[in-house]
Amino acid sequence: MSNQNDTEKPSGKQEYNITVYTENQIGLLNRIAIIFTRRKINIHSLNTSPSEIESIHRFNIVVHETEDVVRKLSRQIEKQVEVLKVYFNTNEDVIWQELALYKVPTDIIAEKASVERLLRENGARAVVIRKDYTVFETTGHREETDALIKILQPFGLIEFVRSARVAIIKDSDGFNRKLREFEKAEPGEEVAENEYLNNGQKIFTM
Amino acid sequence: METEQKELSNPAEVETIEVSGSVALLEALITEGTDVIFGYPGGAIMPIYDALYDYKEKLNHILVRHEQGGIHAGQGFARTSGKVGVVFATSGPGATNLVTGLADAMIDSTPLVCITGQVFAHLLGTDAFQETDVINITTPVTKWNYQITDATEIPEIISKAFYIARSGRPGPVLIDITKNAQIQKFDYSGYTPCNHIRSYRPKPLIRKEYIIQAAELINQAKKPFIIWGQGVILGEAEQEFKAFVEKSGIPSAWTILGAGAIPTDHPLNVGMLGMHGNYGPNVLTNECDVLIAIGMRFDDRVTGRLDKYAKQAKVIHLDIDPSEIDKNVQTTVPVWGDCKETIPALTDLIKQKEHKEWLQKFRDFDQNEIEAVIHNELHPTSGELTMGEVIHQLNVLTKGEAVIVTDVGQHQMVACRYAKLNSTRSNITSGGLGTMGFALPAAIGAKFGAPNRTVVAIIGDGGFQMTLQELGTIMQSGIDVKILILNNRFLGMVRQWQELFNEHRYSFVDIASPDFVAVAAAYGIKGRSISERSDITTALQEMLNNKGSFLLEVMVTKENNVFPMVPQGCSVSEIRLK
Ligand SMILES: Cc1ncc(C[n+]2csc(CCOP(=O)(O)OP(=O)(O)O)c2C)c(N)n1
Repeated sequence: MSNQNDTEKPSGKQEYNITVYTENQIGLLNRIAIIFTRRKINIHSLNTSPSEIESIHRFNIVVHETEDVVRKLSRQIEKQVEVLKVYFNTNEDVIWQELALYKVPTDIIAEKASVERLLRENGARAVVIRKDYTVFETTGHREETDALIKILQPFGLIEFVRSARVAIIKDSDGFNRKLREFEKAEPGEEVAENEYLNNGQKIFTM
Repeated sequence: METEQKELSNPAEVETIEVSGSVALLEALITEGTDVIFGYPGGAIMPIYDALYDYKEKLNHILVRHEQGGIHAGQGFARTSGKVGVVFATSGPGATNLVTGLADAMIDSTPLVCITGQVFAHLLGTDAFQETDVINITTPVTKWNYQITDATEIPEIISKAFYIARSGRPGPVLIDITKNAQIQKFDYSGYTPCNHIRSYRPKPLIRKEYIIQAAELINQAKKPFIIWGQGVILGEAEQEFKAFVEKSGIPSAWTILGAGAIPTDHPLNVGMLGMHGNYGPNVLTNECDVLIAIGMRFDDRVTGRLDKYAKQAKVIHLDIDPSEIDKNVQTTVPVWGDCKETIPALTDLIKQKEHKEWLQKFRDFDQNEIEAVIHNELHPTSGELTMGEVIHQLNVLTKGEAVIVTDVGQHQMVACRYAKLNSTRSNITSGGLGTMGFALPAAIGAKFGAPNRTVVAIIGDGGFQMTLQELGTIMQSGIDVKILILNNRFLGMVRQWQELFNEHRYSFVDIASPDFVAVAAAYGIKGRSISERSDITTALQEMLNNKGSFLLEVMVTKENNVFPMVPQGCSVSEIRLK
């Protein structure tokens, strides 16, 4: 990993996906959130969910920052007692999706739009169709969910909501094997790894 | 009751036995080796205090006069004893009074377990009497915190609390226990200390390749420089560190929290770093070729302007906390690990050396500093008293054997600069947070942590008035603390900045004080106030010889400034001698 000091050139900012494996503990969300707010860094998206392992939780956090800042944030997160592991990745290194819902008036949309074409072209589907309104759903990247807003706006878009981002790390082989290491009283190399040992690896890990 | 307790404290002898959450808590403390608790009772912690009534023989509870005093005492205790300090407070205002001490302990890595009472679990979130959201208030200032609402959780959570507080980079832990859990009876089957939490890695594996790289850099270095911090003391690695310094022959300087890890007069100890540190260590930071930082975190008071800090040097950073590496200063070789293990590994690989010429450079700068600053400060022959001459006389009388506890301000910088320290765990000060009011309660705790040592609290007239109610704690507990007030009738450090950087506009730094000797007398503590040079030695001697606590006020010159000084925003090499 490069050791350049990005704080001196703010232009190095981009989106990073921070993946955090944690114990399921009340209060941990706050502990993680204040690591960002203390530094006045905006969390663009935050999702908590179960992970591939029962009882282990997974946070997906998206920020727009330099690599240097993201690395420091990740280290602060990993320092928390109930955090097992933190990874950070650029958008190229992950498969990611966001889900969006759109509510439109049924009469207008049915009358004025070619609904079938609209759904097909945007990879959307109708979740609910009622007399008074219809709810569409689409899943994809930001540009895709944004595009449908623009398209539906002329038809009187009533409500729009987008979910937090979920992301899978392309180069990860999951957390099962790592967890077994964590459960040992004496850590193996897997657990004691740090970024300096993993120069060749594609996953940025601490 | 007595016999039942004896059985309880030895978990091997019991199967299960029904006890209350409060008893389980006290049993846990005893098994963890706690013998003193600093605390203050109140409604939401009453069941614990009720249980404590039967544990008076085993747990010495010191009633403080304010919860802030309690937690600072816990800090002082932890810093001199190396054990975990234990503090009790009630819910609401009791708990919020702990916040300053938690922040102080967090930034200075002090191991504490604080127990707060909380309203009944069914009242949480109802704005019940004395309910505050203690967990959320204290999250940013604790290493870990947890709310117990069921007594059965107590043994496991307390064992985790102690393990987390003292392992890895130590820090404060707060456990909030709802009143119902304190009362609730449950089947208790003994207490097992914790030594593993799967999500928590206090001690990383040591990477041999970095030790090798670090040793290579050190062996090639022409002008290497060691800077050390409290990590050496927290890691109990003083012996290992001394061996490393002596084999390498490298000049070594300290942060104020690292002071005393090797004695002040060790030939390779070149002095104090930072804003009011010594001249040589600051200037030569920007001349060394390899900078070896051990258990320190490059605080801005140490580095001055970062973009002009040691830019020429290759940096080796030994730290147990991976988030410290590269945080402020870019590292060439990171040595992540417990310095108790990394230092000897490094010592094995380095060559025995002397750096005579390079060391001489530090001594030359010393000579400048002695002529420009130190001589006048320590040996004035006319004019009003200086803080430095008082510390100098104290050194002569204690021979460097005392524990020095300082408050915050000019007297703190003067004491840290000039106090002679022969041994580790002798300099107790609020470094990272700079908490005025720290010294008096911390000195009480320090004495409990080191009962056989003389403890001298050096305090300004301002800071003393922040926590002077702890004189009551001294009176009641009969603890022996020597209190040395250096009274300049100003909030001196702020006044110094106003003089130097705000064109003498003294804005609200003129502070009036009561008759401190009379205040002490009201608490049954002997005291004396002096303002003559000829009285310094006899008065200090009287203080030190007195059986029990003593308050000595020394009237010092009003407008003295602490030099050298690295003004804020300047590089360490721009340090001013006047
Ligand atoms: C709780 C707190 N409030 C304010 C400050 C800011 N402050 C730092 S030093 C200082 C002056 C201290 O005056 P005094 O205790 O008389 O000591 P002196 O500097 O005169 O030795 C002040 C107000 C602080 N460090 N802590």
